Amino acid sequence: MNTRRKLLAGMGVGVAALGVAALQRGSDAPQAIVRSSAGTKNFPNVTLYTHEGQPVKFYDDLIRGKLVTFNMMYAQCERTCPVSTANLRLVQKMLGERVGRDVFMYSISLQPEMDTPQRLREYVARHHIEPGWLFLTGARADIDLVRYRLGFYDPDPLVDFNDANHTGMLRVGNDALDRWTMAPTLTAPEQILSTINHVDMAMAHTAHREPSVV
Amino acid sequence: MKSSFLVTPAENQPGASIDGDAAEQPSRRNFLKGSAALMVAPLLPASAKSRTSDEDAVAVAAVPASPPTVPWQEFLPDVIGVLDANPLDPSPTGTANIAGGEAGRPSHQRWNEFAARAEPYELHAAQRENWVFSPSYPAQPVWTYQAKEPDLSILSPVVFAHYGHPVLCRIYNDLPANHVGFGSPEISTHLHNLHCGSESDGFPGDYYSATKAGPTLTSPGGFRDHLYSNIYAGYDELQNGIGDYREALGTLFYHDHTTDFTAPNIVRGLVGFYCLFDELDSGDERDPNPSALRLPSHPYDYPLSFSDRRFDADGMLYYDQVNPDGVLGDKVVVNGKIEPVLRVARRKYRLRLLNAGPSRFYQFYLVRPNNVIQPFTYIANDGNLLERPLLNQTFVRLGVAERGDIVVDFSRYPRGTELYLVNRLTHVADDTRRPDRVVAPGVRVLKIVVDREPPEQDLSQVPSFLRPLRPLPSTAELAALPVRRWVFERRQNMWAINGQFLDINVPRAQIPLGGMEIWELASVDNGWDHPIHIHFEEGRILSKTTDGRNVVIPAHERGRKDVFVVNGRTTIRVLLRFRDYKGKYVMHCHNLIHEDHSMMLRWDIV
Ligand SMILES: [Cu+2]
Repeated sequence: MNTRRKLLAGMGVGVAALGVAALQRGSDAPQAIVRSSAGTKNFPNVTLYTHEGQPVKFYDDLIRGKLVTFNMMYAQCERTCPVSTANLRLVQKMLGERVGRDVFMYSISLQPEMDTPQRLREYVARHHIEPGWLFLTGARADIDLVRYRLGFYDPDPLVDFNDANHTGMLRVGNDALDRWTMAPTLTAPEQILSTINHVDMAMAHTAHREPSVV
Repeated sequence: MKSSFLVTPAENQPGASIDGDAAEQPSRRNFLKGSAALMVAPLLPASAKSRTSDEDAVAVAAVPASPPTVPWQEFLPDVIGVLDANPLDPSPTGTANIAGGEAGRPSHQRWNEFAARAEPYELHAAQRENWVFSPSYPAQPVWTYQAKEPDLSILSPVVFAHYGHPVLCRIYNDLPANHVGFGSPEISTHLHNLHCGSESDGFPGDYYSATKAGPTLTSPGGFRDHLYSNIYAGYDELQNGIGDYREALGTLFYHDHTTDFTAPNIVRGLVGFYCLFDELDSGDERDPNPSALRLPSHPYDYPLSFSDRRFDADGMLYYDQVNPDGVLGDKVVVNGKIEPVLRVARRKYRLRLLNAGPSRFYQFYLVRPNNVIQPFTYIANDGNLLERPLLNQTFVRLGVAERGDIVVDFSRYPRGTELYLVNRLTHVADDTRRPDRVVAPGVRVLKIVVDREPPEQDLSQVPSFLRPLRPLPSTAELAALPVRRWVFERRQNMWAINGQFLDINVPRAQIPLGGMEIWELASVDNGWDHPIHIHFEEGRILSKTTDGRNVVIPAHERGRKDVFVVNGRTTIRVLLRFRDYKGKYVMHCHNLIHEDHSMMLRWDIV
């Protein structure tokens, strides 16, 4: 297995070093707690990094006022991630132009030390992910804060600690309405799409319809 | 959006080192024990951490307990609120009246047989602005089903219906479309265990509002009509115009079943009772008909729903939509009130107890103030009358959605006697996964005061024989039946059936109309109990095995049931029939957080 040192040596961008710095000093979350736009919930507004190497604030940049989906993955996962990613890719296709405009898809790495932006960029290319769907990494502590905030944990710490058992949920939320639910990433993409459409005020029909019918 | 995320030199920290061995493989546990976790803990969702003594356990703060309440401040009405019939405008139609504002449902089955004589009822799912759960908490909005002219002193009214008298129930969705917070303002109202067409069953994918159509509807609508034919199962088989009276249902309840949001919508309040009567259980204790049972009847027939709820520090209803285990209520709301008082006359009462969820299990006892247990008669489980009443019972145990009807004779007590309904079944704090232990004296959830003489003589009775069960098929016949095995288990932080999650568009079983099958409901002991509900026809438990050993079926579960609690390493074999209607139905766990986290499947009658 690659050591972290080798992996980091390959990152080449300042962003990577920033991530490690954040990792070493721990989470910046205590300074970064924000009230949601609905005024009802708090979010850790920690800095994450996209597969394109851009730093983003978890709440302000990724969630505030948006319709979002989140799932957890890691590039090396050989169990459920490949199928989940392929499924979500089909959802992205069905969403079409809505992705990145009305619906924002995010996948967060469970192994941020391994999954550098570079590695996630390779993952995106390998899975033919289209623009509008961001893969995210960051400091371990920040990733864990975000993971807990999204409900991506197991009440049993032993299960929770094992990356191979990680959550298969797709968290689906409409931040402006503070309306949050989920869909399994391993169910049919049509089912996942219906859940996304369920929280999208602009969609009267939650079932998938071919563009010609819309 | 992306242009605002450019990396600036200021953010690019020169002191960063890549030689972070100290941080190599940081453990999630270590992180969570650290100060950052402590500072952020109040923001994080509840978890069941307090149940374990493992100090490595993740230190996520539990949801704070609900603020204390002063008990016994409010009275439940002496007479339960009942929904009256009222004419519908526009008139109901067999095919969906989309132009008139109805959601795009499939056409009603058996419309020509039942529509003409259906009694019209109308309910409105609506936000009630100033409901008082307890005088200790502020008045606050709840969601409820209410009449066109609502009685603001109660939440959802009870519907009294009769076999042989179909009901056309129009349910408007008046919930605020721009609602902010937990719950989603669409509804698909399931009438729990009614024997009806799937287009009236409240199929989870059939949710609707004026601006939204669930995936299995063709168009949005502000209302939907439900044709409750109120026929017994066996209608086609018997060809007698009403079905098999041995299949009568008694205590049903209607509740929202919207995919993705059933738990939060029910926590908001979308639940009510529907009681079905027939010639035997006629709802008239003075019925001159010699075949009538003359059980205690309205207003001495009193439904009581029990719902676990959590309230925040301000006394406002709380639910966390992203908590993967849901939220275990620490207050038990009884017909909309916390720790209310029910005043009763010195006579017999039929109390219909319902666990309305979302997650807590109960074991109720009736006790005196000194906690001495008082006996009662158990007459119906899951709303279905048992063959014979169970005398001198001391408790009713209810998983989510289970019902128990009991008859209590308050004439045994002098006026002024105070009694309590207590729940002695505990859960570990915040643990929605399963109940823990039975612990006396328990939590008092309802105070009963015997406060008056009955205005007239109590002529009600509990006969020694209530309603016959259809004999089970012979062993040879049972052995020839198709068997489906369904395993309920934890998967990927959700819950699955046979390893699969909900797909509302695809049936996992297709059963021929009129079929009879054995379904094996099995759980592996991986930590969760599952109260499994099968829509459409109630079933009979044939056997139950735990850890490979046969378990005696308790007397109250030997009738017809629609909820089967699987726990431990257990298999329950259930005999099911699929008669009279076609269409799409579901089976799911009724622990609502499990239901919403995908422990549900669609099956069709074809
Ligand atoms: Cu369950």
